[in-house]
Order: sequence, then structure tokens, then C-alpha cells
Amino acid sequence: MVEIPDEKIRELEETARVLRRHVLKMTHQVQSGHPGGSMSACDIVTALYFHVLRVDPDNPAWADRDRFVISKGHACPVLYAALAEQGFFPVPELMTFRHLNSRLQGHPEYGTTPGVENAAGAEGQGLSFGLGLALAARLDRKAWRVYCLLGDGEQDVGQTWEAALCGAKFHLDNLTAIIDRNGIQQEGRTEEIMPLEPLGDKWKAFGWNVLTINGHDMRQILGALDEAHAHKGQPTVIIAKTTKGKGVSFMENVVRYHGAATTDEELKRALAELGEVLP
Amino acid sequence: MKGPSPPWKMESQRSYFAKALIELGEKDPDVVVVGADTTESIKTMEFGKKFPDRLFNVGISEQNMVSVAAGLAAAGKVVFASTYAVFGAAHTYNVIRQNIAYTKLSVKLFCSHAGLTTGLDGATHQLNEDIGLMRGLPNMAVLVPADGPQTAKCVHAAAERPGPVYCRFSRANFPTVTSSEDRFEIGPAYILRDGADITLVGCGIMVSRCLEAAELLAAERVSARVINLSTVKPLDARALAKAARETGGIVTAEEHTVVTGIGSAVASAVSGEHPVPIEMVGVQDVFGESGEAPELLEKYGLTVAKVVEAAQRVTKRRGD
Repeated sequence: MVEIPDEKIRELEETARVLRRHVLKMTHQVQSGHPGGSMSACDIVTALYFHVLRVDPDNPAWADRDRFVISKGHACPVLYAALAEQGFFPVPELMTFRHLNSRLQGHPEYGTTPGVENAAGAEGQGLSFGLGLALAARLDRKAWRVYCLLGDGEQDVGQTWEAALCGAKFHLDNLTAIIDRNGIQQEGRTEEIMPLEPLGDKWKAFGWNVLTINGHDMRQILGALDEAHAHKGQPTVIIAKTTKGKGVSFMENVVRYHGAATTDEELKRALAELGEVLP
Repeated sequence: MKGPSPPWKMESQRSYFAKALIELGEKDPDVVVVGADTTESIKTMEFGKKFPDRLFNVGISEQNMVSVAAGLAAAGKVVFASTYAVFGAAHTYNVIRQNIAYTKLSVKLFCSHAGLTTGLDGATHQLNEDIGLMRGLPNMAVLVPADGPQTAKCVHAAAERPGPVYCRFSRANFPTVTSSEDRFEIGPAYILRDGADITLVGCGIMVSRCLEAAELLAAERVSARVINLSTVKPLDARALAKAARETGGIVTAEEHTVVTGIGSAVASAVSGEHPVPIEMVGVQDVFGESGEAPELLEKYGLTVAKVVEAAQRVTKRRGD
């Protein structure tokens, strides 16, 4: 494993804070969207888009790019924020999120938004889509890899487990799944709505290489992605333990922020906590 | 033009499907097939024997099958996803909607065992609602080949067409009414027999029955035009409006519920252009049951006699 300098880690952590601020503003300006589950995934998405993925903002259709599949489509604000900061489209466009005629749909649309690799919104379909991509890459003997971000809520969906069986059957070691294990779904704690634990044991039993990390520790995220890349013969799932609403004290672990935007006052406080002071 | 007539040669649509897939696979290395534990029955296994690394059997996980197919298509493959209609088109509806129709990805969903002619397996396996489900989806082309040769042509035409295609065919052997030499494109409604007094619009197995009905109507001095509506979407509204104008009445016939099938598609197209009396032969908003295919077609009213009766109702309504 390549040692990553502290300075790079700090830079990525700062980028994650930028993405969190975008998520808050995007959902605030339209008073809609899903800030909580976007913020829990900010560090993972930052690690991928700003260190791991081989993508080209000037050529989003580059045939040999890595593919990032977002299965938890409601977390698209963090994806849009990462794509904008990478230069796939202008940053000010983020403020058109969920508006009429915008390229930034409430849930991701395929073929419209530069850099978006799949349509999502109905839960539980992304991993299978990622498997299809990974099968194609292997068939064509290509080195590009597939990364798929799943929510823990969509572990309730039967198709997620169809995909789990399928990934193991085809030994798709060119695919890495990351579960944003923030513990909260729309109506409450995952362990109350539909208990998932022991989640890692389930994936292990389904034939996956399972890594469990702190999904807000940049070094752990990068380390796990590296380890997944090196693991052969099986797909890897990284269970990233995260906090819903991470980064803003009063939003953390609050079920309401799954699908509720901040008020004007809350936004001001939230941005201040993330190092930005509004005039 | 009298059109094709009995005795019919009875042929398997699946055999034509399998053969066409292999032809396609030889021509284009990007053609891949995804199956769901029905690959032997639906004969995609023959493609797999020829191209072992290009057939993916995902087991009884049809939702997964559809999304895997979409992922393969997103990476540039021309993907045929294939299983029985009830699993491939009904169990998977929202996955098709989000992963294929919305994305416009090049997935060709070819489903066998559609309709009552699935037979002894009973109502759980006889999908009479797929045409309606699929034609309701934006971006989706919907094909219903009349017989074996046309099934093969659907495979080639679907591969050439960018974007999603749904094609339904049967478990049963169908009367062959077209020839391998006939032209086939996605879109046109094909006139198999010309006529001036009424138009019989059929799809699938009902095309042969419409042709037989036209012959019986001729004996009553009613000249019936017969249209093979092998493309349900995009619908050839012009040909249908022309038929309405020129013949003044329409009978539709389908092995599918009349609630959402080609009857309602034709009625909706014609009502805007040139409204004429329309009678619909098809499954009357009920489930099927176990039985041999011919018995079921008889019991549920998908017969030559019912087409003739419907034509007589049209002429009566018209006041002939």
C-alpha cells in the first residue's frame, strides 16, 4: 500500500467539507432533497473522486474511465457536488438542483448530467447495474474498475441480495461496493425498521470479501479501497460506518434530516460549523 | 392480394430466436445474452454453447438480470435479456423502467411464454398484460412477431435499433404466416391481405386467425384487409388511420387483455384521426387457467369464429 502524506489527507478532508457545504446549500435553496445521507457519504465520495477514480472531466465518455455507480440515488447532491468540483460542469449549476429544466434531477438521470453513470432513485438496483459494467470490462479485458455506493436502507431490498449472489458467482474482483452504514433510513433506525446486523457476516456468507471501516476516516477509506483493488477472486464490500448528517452537530444522527432541508437559520449555523461564514 | 392461407406450417418461435441470436453473435462480438435459469427452455443456451463467455445466467433473479443487462449496455454491449414474460416483464417492471426505459440503454428484452398459449402451467405463467405494461413506458419499442420467421427478424431489427426493445413471443408453436424473404422493419404495420370493407388488425398468433377469418368473410362478400401489427410501438398510426378511412371499420385481435393491448392502442390512434366502429377480440379482463394452448384459445374466445363475429358486429353498427 502506498503511504499517503498527511498533507494530502488534509487536502481531501477540506474537499469533503466543501462538498458538505454544497450539499447543504443545494438542498436549502430548493427546500428539498436528502442532506443527511449525502453528508454521511461525503468522505467516501471525496476519496473516490479526488484520489481514486480515473475519470476525465473534459471527456466524461472516455471509454477506459473507472465507473462510479450511485445506488442510493437520493444522495445525488454529494455526487453532483463532486462532479462540479472536478469540473464536469460549472459549480454555480449546483444551485439548479431539482429545478425545472435542470440537468441536476432530484434523483440521478443517465445520459443528461455529465459524469453520472446510472439512473437511480428506486433503491436496490445499482449494484446489479455495476455488475453488468464489471462483466463488460472483464469481457473486453479492460483495466477500468467499478465502484458502487449503496445505502444501508437498501439492504432491505431483495435485489441487493440477488446482486450479492451474482457478484460472487462471477468472481467480480474488478468491482468494489461501499455501504454507507449510517444506521438511519427514512422512518427511523435501520435496526428498528428492518434489522440488518450482523451485516458483514451476511455479505461474507454471500461470498464477498468484507472490510469494515470508519467511513469518515480518510486514511481508512483510502486504505480499504486499496485493499479491495488488490483482492483477487472475489468482489469486495466495504462497510463504511458513518454518521447521518456528519459534519454538522445538530444534524448528526437526526432522522428528520434524511429528507428535510435546513431552514435559513440552520444553514447559517451549519455552514459556520463547516468553516464558512455567510455575510 | 389474397394473402397467406392454411394449411399452416407450425413452427417454434424460440428456435428461430435462438438461431438468429447465434447469427447475430457471429456478426457482432459485442452481442451478449443474459438469462435467468430458463436458458435451456428459451434456447439461449445454444448461444452460450457457441459463445460461452457471452452468456450470463444469473439464476432466478430477474430484477438483477435487467439491471445487469443495463450495466452491460452502458459499457457498449448489445444486450439480449431473455426469460419467460411473466418473470422478465412483469416481476421486473420498475427495474425495466428505471434501468432501461429511462436510460434509453440498448437492452433488448426478449420474452417467451407470453399469453395464454403458455398452456398447462396456468394463470401464474400466462402473462396477458405485457403489451400494455411495455407500451406504457417512454422510449420502449414493443414488438409482437406473428411467427417464427418474424421472430428472427425481430432479433436482427432490435439489434440494429438504438435503445430499448421489448419483444414477446410464445411457448407454443405458431402457424407460419410470413416468409423469411418478407421485408421487416420496426415501425410499419404490414398488410398481409388487401380488402375494402373492413380491417382485421392482429398480432402474434391472432394474425393467422385474422387471415382465416378474412377468407370466411370473403364467402359472405365482405372484403377484409388483414394487418399484421408486429410493431405495437412506435405505432404505425398512419397505416391504421388509412385503413379506417378506406375500410370504415376495424376488428383487433390479440392474445392479450383487451384492457391495455393492441385494441386500445389502435382505438386510441384511430379515434384521433378517423373514428370508425372498432371491436376487440382478446382476453376479456380475466386470468387464464391450465389447459392445452388450443383449448385455452377456444375457451377464452381467441378464435377465427370470434373474429368473424366481431367483424359482423362492426358492419351491423355501421348499418351495412
